[in-house]
Amino acid sequence: MSDLLLLPEHRYAKIIEQTRNEDGSELSILNLGPTHPATHGIFQNILLMDGERILDAEPTIGYIHRAFEKIAENRPFYQVNVLTDRMNYCSSPINNMAWWMTVEKLLEIEVPKRAQYLRVIVMELARIADHLICNSILGVDTGAYTGFLYVFQFREKIYEIYEEICGARLTTNMGRIGGFEREWSEEAFKKLDTFLQDFPVAWKEFENLFERNRIFIDRTVNVGPISAELAMQYGLTGPNLRAAGIDYDVRKAQPYSSYEDFDFEIPVGKSGDTYDRFCVRNAEVWESISIIRQALAKLPEGPIHADVPDYYLPPKEDVYHNMESLIYHFKIVMGEVPVPVAEIYHAVEGGNGELGFYLVTDGSRTPYRLHFRRPCFIYYQAYTEMIKGGMLSDAIVILSSLNVIAGELDA
Amino acid sequence: MALETTTIQEKLTSKFGDKVLNFHMSRDIFSFEATPDAIHEVIRTLKVEEDLNFHFLTDLCGVHYPENEVSHQFAVVYHMHNWVENVRLRITTYLSGENPEVNTITDLFLTANWMERETFDFYGINFIGHPQLKRILNMPEMVSHPMRKEFPMEDGGRTDKDDRFFGRTANNG
Repeated sequence: MSDLLLLPEHRYAKIIEQTRNEDGSELSILNLGPTHPATHGIFQNILLMDGERILDAEPTIGYIHRAFEKIAENRPFYQVNVLTDRMNYCSSPINNMAWWMTVEKLLEIEVPKRAQYLRVIVMELARIADHLICNSILGVDTGAYTGFLYVFQFREKIYEIYEEICGARLTTNMGRIGGFEREWSEEAFKKLDTFLQDFPVAWKEFENLFERNRIFIDRTVNVGPISAELAMQYGLTGPNLRAAGIDYDVRKAQPYSSYEDFDFEIPVGKSGDTYDRFCVRNAEVWESISIIRQALAKLPEGPIHADVPDYYLPPKEDVYHNMESLIYHFKIVMGEVPVPVAEIYHAVEGGNGELGFYLVTDGSRTPYRLHFRRPCFIYYQAYTEMIKGGMLSDAIVILSSLNVIAGELDA
Repeated sequence: MALETTTIQEKLTSKFGDKVLNFHMSRDIFSFEATPDAIHEVIRTLKVEEDLNFHFLTDLCGVHYPENEVSHQFAVVYHMHNWVENVRLRITTYLSGENPEVNTITDLFLTANWMERETFDFYGINFIGHPQLKRILNMPEMVSHPMRKEFPMEDGGRTDKDDRFFGRTANNG
């Protein structure tokens, strides 16, 4: 624990000893975290401070590491889904769908159009929920609590839609191999319609409240900027990368689940600072709303799951009355399903960037190796770089604008 | 002009000879192997060569194959991406099971820093030249590398459940 406890041999202690400012003042160490109300999660940063200015930072992560990759190696494919929920828990349906798509790519299953469109709808809802939390919390950190309280009720509405679809709210475990577990209820579509009517009005107000607000602009413009070049070096993806001016989006680069059927823009920023990240997320919410509307308008009729009895659990009443279904049910639950030997990489555009699953199978019922490419883990490295030279209060704002989710950071 | 996989293969084989091998399409990703002594140079070439331009390191992770012969018991898998041509690439390098070590690529990609630390943490693969190779997700006092296959997922002393009856592991049929 030597680097956590700040013993005298810590490298910052030596720097402090050797450095004196011109006015005779000393540098100091500040322990930001692991638990601190302003960090929205368990992150520790040891900061080397000159007054209120940050000279250097040393992040420690892993406080909620739950060994998902190890657990995944010991669980059948359908049980891995509940692990993915708990990574980016602000947008779990995206993780769920990404996992099913990885398995479907492995098994070469073609998902019916209706299921693909429904997946797009739920993934975009999740993206809205994710961006909504990030942007409103950024407001809270700059002193504007009202915006947060106002739009947060719409996250509740989104969760009610999830509840109609799958019964769960936060960690959804939604979908199955080949599609969805059941047809969406009428109530779900009704709630979706109400949401699409009310939410844009509130989001517009939220946007107006912030985008040209003097205080907000002062707190965010030129705070924690990152150049496009450095952003690529640090492996940034998603809104944080796009804020730096690069229009890379997995939905456009490698369309999955029929994203190519929809017409949407990729909003980009310029300077990659906190304000640009805020604006990019705002703009993406509008694109998401437009995608959901298009998907609802074009939603085809048809089955909600692929015809893959080897992997898709049969309806319960058939299991009790039908020999075939009983056998399939037994085989799936006991993990006796044929799985090809392959290496798969599948990426989707998660709330925070490219969420990738690297899956190695050896023909057994469990993954041989499953690696999660977690965007948060990868871009949190750039945080140190971004806060150096800034004020302490800026460090908090930058952290929330990056939307670092502890669950995804530590897996 | 789209970047063809044959172009990548030709360029690399002409430069590295038999140090790059086993070129194949693994589903939608063009993949190949490189020997550990050449991997740094291969990745540098892929990055800086103008018509290859694999400027983005998507992912880096380890895999443990205890069943393989000793020289191939660990693998480090690199995923690279050329955003301009929209081509992905997977490079695998196999390392020895006794003393797994490979050159770091942190000098080429800053993002490799934590990815390599994670791989070191979980597999004990030594990345030569890494600026700060220490554990990242596990606590520093830990002595084992938990993603190695011999590391049990649960406490072996547990008597309240028998995994054989629950279809849990890859090896119990």
